[in-house]
Amino acid sequence: MSGMKVLVIEDDVAAASYMVRGLEESGHVASVAHDGRDGLMLAASQTFDVLVIDRMLPGLDGLGVIRTLRATGNRTPVLVLSALGNVDDRVEGLKVGGDDYLVKPYAFSELLARLEALTRRGQPNAEQAPTTQLRYSDLSMDLLGRRVERRGKRIDLQPREFRLLEVLLRHPEQVLTRTMLLEKVWDYRFDPQTNIIDVHISRLRQKIDRDFEPPLIQTVRGSGYALRIPDQTA
Amino acid sequence: MERQTEETIEAELTGLREQYRDLGIFGLERIIAQRAAEEKHLASIYLLIDKRGVPIAGNLPAWPTDVETVSNRFRFSLDLPGSSGPRRFLGRSVELDQGFLLVARDIEDKLRTQTLLVNAIALGSGLMLVFGVIGGFVMSRWMLTRIESINRATGQIMAGDLGRRIAVDGSGDEFDELATNLNAMLERIERLLAGMREVTDNIAHDLRTPLTRLRSRLEVALMKDIDPSRTRQLLEETASDAEGLIATFNALMNIARAEAGEQRASWELVDLGELVQDIFDLYEPLAEERDIGLALENAAGITVAGNRQMLAQALANLTDNAIKYTPEGGHVTLAAAQTREQARRIARITVSDDGPGIPPEMRQKALERFVRLEPERHTPGNGLGLSLVSAVAKLHDARLELADNEPGLRVSLVFERPVETAPPGA
Repeated sequence: MSGMKVLVIEDDVAAASYMVRGLEESGHVASVAHDGRDGLMLAASQTFDVLVIDRMLPGLDGLGVIRTLRATGNRTPVLVLSALGNVDDRVEGLKVGGDDYLVKPYAFSELLARLEALTRRGQPNAEQAPTTQLRYSDLSMDLLGRRVERRGKRIDLQPREFRLLEVLLRHPEQVLTRTMLLEKVWDYRFDPQTNIIDVHISRLRQKIDRDFEPPLIQTVRGSGYALRIPDQTA
Repeated sequence: MERQTEETIEAELTGLREQYRDLGIFGLERIIAQRAAEEKHLASIYLLIDKRGVPIAGNLPAWPTDVETVSNRFRFSLDLPGSSGPRRFLGRSVELDQGFLLVARDIEDKLRTQTLLVNAIALGSGLMLVFGVIGGFVMSRWMLTRIESINRATGQIMAGDLGRRIAVDGSGDEFDELATNLNAMLERIERLLAGMREVTDNIAHDLRTPLTRLRSRLEVALMKDIDPSRTRQLLEETASDAEGLIATFNALMNIARAEAGEQRASWELVDLGELVQDIFDLYEPLAEERDIGLALENAAGITVAGNRQMLAQALANLTDNAIKYTPEGGHVTLAAAQTREQARRIARITVSDDGPGIPPEMRQKALERFVRLEPERHTPGNGLGLSLVSAVAKLHDARLELADNEPGLRVSLVFERPVETAPPGA
């Protein structure tokens, strides 16, 4: 995919610089602001694909920045970063206009996957699109008829397998972390002791990929899974 | 008191004057003689004299020497036969056309009573003042002593002697009540502190080992003569260590949060049936992979108020453990049920297995371990998982029960106060 233009508003200089380096290594362009006011000015004067805003900022705090942006009609997707992980904090972060919420400490791969998911929202197959058909490569899903076909051959899925595949199909060629899958498929935000998501994916793989070539559900090492044609990843 | 006597005398004089006006001096003489005769004890004195000073009638032989012939109010003393000393009289004398009339009353008794009263009042007041001052002094000293003892105790507690308590003398007064309340507060603070200490100890224990490992891996990776591919492998291992650390850290944070009793503001109605169904869905493939039969026994319409995410995490941890400790070919059952216990409705979610179980004598200990983080745990997932279940149970005022599943273990979260909901289809 083409690089995202990301604005990072984070007062921790070291954390911000690692984040920028990580984003640049991954082929994205990143700008940094170290306080809320600078961040707000940058966000208002340039166009970004996505904003990463720390909740606790000197001067104008993160939620204030988001509130101000939204009040001026800026709709750029925002990922809120926070050391606070309460349900209340999360709800508050999303209520002022944040699009996703990530609690520190986080894995960079998690941050990256979530940013990519946020920037893809406006594209076809995105979550809000009022579509009844999802497709990727030779895989198709009929949401109304609850039918899944690959290369024209019908595949029977259990309801939970159907939901899992639906989420993958809505985010084609994007890395979805295990946490993101648990969130999107089951609406739970906890850390399972055993990696149950892996087992679900392997079940789904048996139905989607075992009898077909190429395999579409890819494991992204250290991150999660992606629906992707293998050649493209090279 | 004297005024009363004066008024009586005045009234009597008025009466006698009227008699004099109507009956003349002889009539008056007869009346006075009669009255004087009645006064054997000389409580009242009457004397009527003519203008020359010669007594006409009365019970006094002569006009008292120190008394004017006309006086609105006078006092005089008389030595009466049979009396221990002179007795004091209060009297009044008036002039008539043909003489002077004196009427007096013995006020000795009244005066004595008065003196006695005055003395008594004076003495009483004096004593009261003295006792009041002494009592007040003693009382305030006592109060100050008690306040001082509370101050001293709180001072010592503030200085770090957290085990100290304020003395309660058992009198049940307000000071005792204050001391009891302060002690209860201190008890709670100490428990919280102990909990915090335990949590920090456990965090230290859980994080020290992987942090040490992480550092030594990085040190190896930084060595000059190391193969670049080996460096990469070390870094990958380090990253995975860090991931494990974060997972442990998050688990500890969750426990701390549940234990702190936060988030009640954001509680929602949680359908336990749906919750159990969800967790069943999540774990079914894992159970199948381990060749364990996962079953679902679900009742609809059981609702509790709570934190859905935390309840799900707790149930997931219990399910995870059951699958982990049940040997291949075993069975694990997830259930949501509503029962009656002593005429009260209770809701319970249960995870039961037919694994090795926990022997009865160990169960209490296992429960204690639920409460206290296991000090000797090695895998961070396990011990912390159960600690979290316990913390979540406590947060929801739910009982955590361990029972024999004959064979195996049955763990239940029992909610004493499920939310009343209409039965499905009603």
